[in-house]
Order: sequence, then structure tokens, then C-alpha cells
Amino acid sequence: MAELDKPQREVEVPGDWTYASAPESRDIVEIADRYGHFVGGEWLEPTETYETIAPRDEEPLAAVGQATAADVGRAVAAARTAYADGWSSLPGSERAKYLFRIARILQERSREFAVLESLNGGKPIKESRDVDLPLAAAHFFYYAGWADKLEYAFPNRRPRPVGVAGQIIPWNFPLLMLAWKVAPALACGNTVVLKPAETTPLTALLFCDVLRQAELPDGVVNIITGDGRTGAALVESEDVDKIAFTGSTEVGKEIQRRLAGTGKKLTLELGGKAANIVFDDAALDQAVEGIVNGIYFNQGHVCCAGSRLFVQESIYEPLVAKLERRLTTLRVGDPLDKNTDVGAINSAAQLERIRELVASGEEEGAEIYQPPCVLPEKGYWFAPTVFTNVAQSYRIAQEEIFGPVLSVLTFRTPEEAVEKANNTPYGLSAGVWTEKGSRILWMAHRLRAGVVWANTFNRFDPSSPFGGYKESGFGREGGLHGLEPYLTFEDSETFGG
Amino acid sequence: MAERLPVKKTYKLFIGGSFPRSESGRTYDAEGQNVARASRKDVRDAVRAARAAQPGWAAATAYNRGQVLYRLAEMVEARVGEFAELCTGRDEVERSIDRVVWYAGWADKLPQVLGGSNPVAGPYFNFTVPEPTGVVAVLAPDEPPLLGLVTRLLPPLVGGNAVVAVASETRPLAAIELAEALATSDVPGGVVNLLTGHPAELAPVLASHMDVNAIDLCGADGDAPELERLAADNVKRIVRGQADAQSPWEIASFLELKTVWHPMGQ
Repeated sequence: MAELDKPQREVEVPGDWTYASAPESRDIVEIADRYGHFVGGEWLEPTETYETIAPRDEEPLAAVGQATAADVGRAVAAARTAYADGWSSLPGSERAKYLFRIARILQERSREFAVLESLNGGKPIKESRDVDLPLAAAHFFYYAGWADKLEYAFPNRRPRPVGVAGQIIPWNFPLLMLAWKVAPALACGNTVVLKPAETTPLTALLFCDVLRQAELPDGVVNIITGDGRTGAALVESEDVDKIAFTGSTEVGKEIQRRLAGTGKKLTLELGGKAANIVFDDAALDQAVEGIVNGIYFNQGHVCCAGSRLFVQESIYEPLVAKLERRLTTLRVGDPLDKNTDVGAINSAAQLERIRELVASGEEEGAEIYQPPCVLPEKGYWFAPTVFTNVAQSYRIAQEEIFGPVLSVLTFRTPEEAVEKANNTPYGLSAGVWTEKGSRILWMAHRLRAGVVWANTFNRFDPSSPFGGYKESGFGREGGLHGLEPYLTFEDSETFGG
Repeated sequence: MAERLPVKKTYKLFIGGSFPRSESGRTYDAEGQNVARASRKDVRDAVRAARAAQPGWAAATAYNRGQVLYRLAEMVEARVGEFAELCTGRDEVERSIDRVVWYAGWADKLPQVLGGSNPVAGPYFNFTVPEPTGVVAVLAPDEPPLLGLVTRLLPPLVGGNAVVAVASETRPLAAIELAEALATSDVPGGVVNLLTGHPAELAPVLASHMDVNAIDLCGADGDAPELERLAADNVKRIVRGQADAQSPWEIASFLELKTVWHPMGQ
């Protein structure tokens, strides 16, 4: 521990080292005044619209449609027609080529999408540019290759498409979540009706132009916008064979209830309250970077965010000191500024929820730390926040905040860390930081979570299955396992020869 | 008059490795016998026993789990005659034994078939392994009485789960006989719990129980939609099992997939 006792070297910096603003130009994106629903390859005029805004300054960006049950019906019918009229019987090798095209076009137009994503969603441009867009394109590229190889993924099972998939996605990674849903669905021969989140419809609507450029047959992908009512109509649509939902556990349970008895396939990717566990032998500076990435990446609007930090008692003080010092260097501000680390909160409603939970943390007795930072006056903002002196029973240690708010707790032994980490109805992800290999595997084995990041955090890849244990949902997205939700098999009555 | 009066069996529940009567003191008539009629409290006791036993069962080596399940086949084989009288006959018993052996052999092969390493685009080692989901509720089908229960019981078991099974209401005796085979087969107490009684009364308690991770609705009949609705309270995995299926994907229904990342570097 000698290293920990050394005073931190503070570098004397002469002169003014504040960053000059480095805004990414938004000229690359053309936003229409008004958008309809993309149904059967055409734009369907909405009967009702609402305004979608830029959370950084509440600037109105466009009027988008609020799809009614009738609109949903048209979209599902278009998907059914496209399914029956050729998509489901198209050779996998041909389906693959459409998906490869989409991947390539996303790569080509990646800057345009990144800017629009940051504008409409509030996330820093460096994240939409370096994470969301490359991963979205990679997902299409990955699943493109599966389209004509499904028999190798599921030997002896005769995989077939499910039919029409209804997909409902969240606002935290709008285009990436679209890619996670659409790519495997199409690779497996399904057609799709997708509803982007109410607050972040614009990249999904721009994606329709990618489909046009890729010459995807009409009706194979249909995109309808709207709020929860539209999602409910999609869930209850009789001619949908499969529902895939990513969002809150509360809504996921409601969807599961509504589908009870229908026999429809369902996958749910729901909330989380991930434990990020730091042992006293961890490489502390790396761990601090991982903690920061774990909870402040995308303003903490991440279902797998490392929102509960468990620190081994012997390093609690130096680690928290390092962490708080690191927070002072985070740049909070304009999502389109290339230097920005933490962008805008996605919506007024989400900001309200974060404020409410943070207030509960203070009220229950936790100690709050926020680095000095000047938040813009307009728009939705919340400073990166660390709570110490947190008890397991506090709401901030139990409920998903979905914001840049970290709760720090402590432990003494590996057993205690596991016990505390697993003490939640969620089970999406977990992090472990230690230099001891056997302990990593011991911990990884015992943590009840679908993804375990050891000495890293928030890593994603199209080949890597992602999804939860317990109330974080079921089904996997990504990898070979991500194909299964979009297939039916003829082996359900097999007898093993 | 017979020279000797035979000793008759009392048909009881199987919870935590013991054979208690229903705490409610109730029985009902099935197949001409007084059979224990489990209560909601018995269900909760069984779930508690299953939860307590599950980590140990999951922590046993796959080789060990395979051998324990193989021993179950040995125990059933030793009582073929008795089982044959409680189901459709000797053929059903033999198929049941063979099914147990078939599943026993999967214990140490699942991760290789269902998991793997993933070629992520970065300096990370990344692998996916199947793990048990935890406590599984099974509603056994009425027919075939023995093979149906064995078919639904073995997939969650071989994957490392603990099970609370509700036996067929009309044909429970084969289930009780199987409990006796389980009790002598080195399956740890609590890993399998068998309840007899009225499924209409017991199934909703299991479906809505917050410490049950998955439910197999094979024997549910018309109650299935309501049970599925209740199961959403804690996002249970819902399996609509077949009474006579045999495949590794049956096991996969009761498994979670865990993906682990670690950086590679010098």
C-alpha cells in the first residue's frame, strides 16, 4: 500500500488551460420540419404529431408522428405482406447482402448519424462518433454474415424465421439499439415493426433513408414513432409474432403480463443496478477510469451502468479521493463539443427522476459530492455525482437512477462483496477489479449477472452476448445466442434420436 | 385370511430431502389412496428448501452431477416392477430410465455446446458460459405419469437448478415413488421437492413466488395464461414444456448465459 500513502503529485500548470470550444458542425445533418411513419417503404402521414427537441437547449428539432393503433396496424400489415411476399423465402445469402449494404452505408454516413444522435439525445459527440455508430455498423456487418449460416449455428434444429417482430427500443442508444434489434431479426428472415423511443426518434427516421439506399424491399422494416401508447398498441397487435423490448423493468413486466397466454415469443432487456467491485490489489488508476466510464458514460443513461461501487475497506479513502479528483476533470457541456465528456440529460422527465432520487439519497443520510462545474442555463443538465456513506437499504443503492449518480459502499471479504453485489432483483452486469486472476474467476462465477467485466467496464461487441439474469430480463442480444430469439425450430418435439 | 397383513405406505410430500405430511393435515383421494394435499405453506417451504440446496448442487462438479443423476437411473431400474404398476407399464419405466441416463450424460457437456468464446474486436478475452437460472417450478403433466415427470424434471436438474414440482393431481403415485428413488440416489436434499395436491391451488403460488426463477407450465392446461401473467411479477422465465421431449435445448430453457470480459495485455 506504500503507493497509496504517497501524496498525489499536483502538476503546476502555467497560464490558462481551459479548453477552447470545439463544436462538431451540425451542417452535415438535414432535419425535416415534419416526419411521418415509415410503412411499406413509404411515408405515412401522421394523424397527430408531437415535437422532438434537443435536450442540450430545448431547441425544437422536428414534428414527429404519434402513431395510433390504426397506424400500428398498417405497419404490421406491411411487415406481414413483406414477410409473405418474399423476404422470408429469400435465400439467406441474399438477405446477407442487404445487411452488408446497410452496414457499409452506416459507416459511410456515420458522422451525419453521430451528429444527429448527439443533437436529439444529448450524448457527447465523441461517444456517438466513437461508440454508437461504429458498433451499430458492426452489428449489421456481424449479423449479415449469419444470414446464410443459421444451420451451422443451430445444427439439427432446422431454424426458421418467426414472422413479424415488434421491437421497442429505448432512448439511451437510439441507433445502436435499433441495430441490436433489426440486424438479427432481418438476418433470420423476419420482418420488423420498430418503435424508437418517444424522445429520440430522429436517427431511426434517418435510418429509413439508409434502407432506401440499400434498396431493402418495401415493408421489411417499418418504423413508427410515438410514446408508450404506440408501444402498447404494437405489443397488443395480434399479427405480431414476437416482441423484443429494451427499457425499464416496470414496463417489461407489463409487457410480459399483456403477452400472457398468447404464445408469442418475447425477449426483455430491462433495468440494472450493477455492482462495480474494487479489491485492494487492483490497479487503482485504471479502476478509477473504469468506475468513471462505468457510471458517467452516456450520462449514466445505461442499463448496465456500474451504479453501485463496492470498495474494499482498506482502500476506501484513497480510492474515493482519486475518484473525486478525477471528477473535477470531467467536462460537462455541449454534446456537440468534441471535448465534452458528459452531455445533457435526455429529457425533462428523466432529469426530474434523477433529482428526486438524489434528494432521497441526501435525505436518507448519504454524503453527496459533485465537482465544481458550470451547467448551461437552458436544457437538461445534472452534474456528475458521487454518494458516500451509503447504506444498502437506501433508495439510491437499490433503484435504478439512470443518471450520472454513483453510490459508494464498502466490503471486507470477497464473500461479502458477492453477497452485497447479488442483493438486488436486477442481474444485468457487474464489474470486478483485482490483479489476482483466480479471484477474478471466482468472483465472475458467483456474480449473478449476464455480463461480467473484469478489469474493464462497459465493453460491447456484436459477437458478445448481452442480457440479464433475474429481473433484468431474458434472452440475449449479440453473438450466436442473439439469433435464437428470432428463430423457431422444428426440434421442439424431438426425442434425441 | 392372509397369513400376514402387509404394511401399507403413507403417501407424503417430499421437501428438503424429508417426507413430511402436508402442514395443513389435508389429504385427498387419488388412485385409491390417501395422498397428501399440499398447501400454500408447503409450497413456500419447498421453495425455501430448493433455494437453500441450489448453490451446493450448482457448485458440484459437472462430473459429479452426472454421476448422481446416473445413480437415479440405477435406483429406478432397481424398482422397475413397482414403477410399472404406477404408470402405463414396463415400457414407460424403461423409457424413463433411458431418459435419465441420456440427460445425466449432458451434465459435463453443456458449456461446450451452449457456450463458447467470442471474437470481440479488441484486446479482450471474452467467453460465454451457461449457468443455472436458480429455482425452477415444474407443473408435471398427467400423462404419461412417470415419463412425463421425468421429462420435465431432468432438464432443469442437469443444468444445476433446484426444482419444486407439482405432481399430476390424478396420477401422483408414480411421482411419490420417484421421490423415494431420488431420496436414495445421492441427489442432495432440497434439490428436488415434490408436492402432491391440487395444482389449481398450488400453481398460482409458485407462479407468483418472488424467489422462483422459472416455471414450466407443461401440466397447466387452461390456467396457463393466468399463471404466465402472475409469473411476470419477477420476470420469470416461462417454459411451455412438452410431456415427451428430449433435447439439450430443453436444458437450455433453464439456463442463463453469462459473458465475461477481460483485457489481454502484457
